[in-house]
Amino acid sequence: MPAYRPPPIPASEITPRSIYLRRREFMGLIAGAGLMLAKPSRADTLKTVPGPYKVDEPLTPREDVTTYNNFYEFGTDKADPSRHSGDFKPRPWTITVDGLVAKPQTFDVDKLIAELPIEDRVYRMRCVEAWSMVIPWNGFPLKALLDKVEPLGSAKFVAFETVVRPKEMPGQAGYFQPMPWPYVEGLRLDEAMHPLAILAVGLYGETLPNQNGAPIRLVVPWKYGFKGIKSIVRISLVETQPPNAWNSLQGSEYGFYANVNPEVDHPRWSQATERRIGESGFFGSGRRPTLMFNGYAEEVASLYAGMDLKANY
Amino acid sequence: MAVTRSPFVDRLSGWGIYVIGVVPAVASFWLGATGGLGADPVRSFEQTLGLWALRFLILTLAVTPLRELAGVNLLRFRRALGLLAFWYAAMHFTVYLTLDRGLLWDTIIPDIVRRPFITLGFAALMLLVPLAVTSNRLSIRRLGKNWRRLHKLIYVAATLAVLHYLLATKVLDPTQVVHIGLVALLLGYRLVRGFVRRPARRAA
Repeated sequence: MPAYRPPPIPASEITPRSIYLRRREFMGLIAGAGLMLAKPSRADTLKTVPGPYKVDEPLTPREDVTTYNNFYEFGTDKADPSRHSGDFKPRPWTITVDGLVAKPQTFDVDKLIAELPIEDRVYRMRCVEAWSMVIPWNGFPLKALLDKVEPLGSAKFVAFETVVRPKEMPGQAGYFQPMPWPYVEGLRLDEAMHPLAILAVGLYGETLPNQNGAPIRLVVPWKYGFKGIKSIVRISLVETQPPNAWNSLQGSEYGFYANVNPEVDHPRWSQATERRIGESGFFGSGRRPTLMFNGYAEEVASLYAGMDLKANY
Repeated sequence: MAVTRSPFVDRLSGWGIYVIGVVPAVASFWLGATGGLGADPVRSFEQTLGLWALRFLILTLAVTPLRELAGVNLLRFRRALGLLAFWYAAMHFTVYLTLDRGLLWDTIIPDIVRRPFITLGFAALMLLVPLAVTSNRLSIRRLGKNWRRLHKLIYVAATLAVLHYLLATKVLDPTQVVHIGLVALLLGYRLVRGFVRRPARRAA
């Protein structure tokens, strides 16, 4: 048996010493290019700081938070947003803040993220459909943004508007459209300035997935989930109560305030209890009593002192 | 008209239809128990059972028009289809009581009494009970003419079931439109047929 002989290596294939000594330089360059490319990707890690509010309850698994969504711009089924939001481009993104303000401005969302401290906020989320989650949001107080534009004394309400992009949002295209676009929401100015009200830009420490309202959405944990308008392009300070989408569609069932309230039922179902998603799997019901203001009564009840909460549902 | 009977169809019209009929329930239960139904498996399982109850109601209601309009005779499947509708509705309600509401009777009973959405579904199920109980040969013989009259209750049950389904969601979705449309079509057929037939009879 002949002994093995390595094939001869042509001189042209031998890397010159001067080049192979620059290996680290080359690796660094590639890694840098990779980072630059990765920037607009769907799940970027966010640099966050601990926030002042943290619910001491088990977190809803990320898998559930990102596959069980009501975001009708991508379809009415809960699984639609995670399945049909792949074409949506949340970056670059600007958000215009105007209306009754001293300094109307258009902000780049990534610049806001770089500039403002992004806080961890673990909040309960209670859907009007009587299910709930505990979600670790990352975001900044809505007040931080509103302060930049300096609301005028005449501003009493804040109006929000979602993007309209039928080419990227299949629920906004085609014959079957469940509601008129854009989706709009509103808050009273004092509600908007409350420290619990945040604009979320991430969850579980990463930038928001498209199905959760990328790149920026409202989170008002003491209100039903539909108040948390997603993929916001415009915020306007106004004098009179602005329309909100569900109220316009079915005013007898969905109010402007939409505060979580176990004593005021939806006309068609009870709001006294809720099921915590992902908590007890298939064989335990996971049903628990719903708390007044979703458990945030201590912080927000004073906002509604003297108001008839049955009339202002 | 000579009717050819194949042993396959005979077996299918016997126990076979029940075996096929329980597949959606068993499959959905299996998926739910093994984590394959997504974030809210209980709701998904509950809705699957309700939807199939309605589907079997639709199939039951389709038997007569298919025979009269298309000459397709599926009469021997009708009892099984109707019973499957009843069993699915009963399973749907059982899952509502247990997995969904956790047998918290002090919240369940007020809901059944006060919420039209729940009341309608419950009423539909209650109407199916006497139909299921009298779905045997003995009852048909004993009740005679009244059996047919009694089983017209399925029209009421289907109407209530559809209203229940309509009220269950926040907006109308395409699946709802299809199912509710089919029920409307099948019930509408009975209405129109009644109007068309009566004058014809008088003329004869």
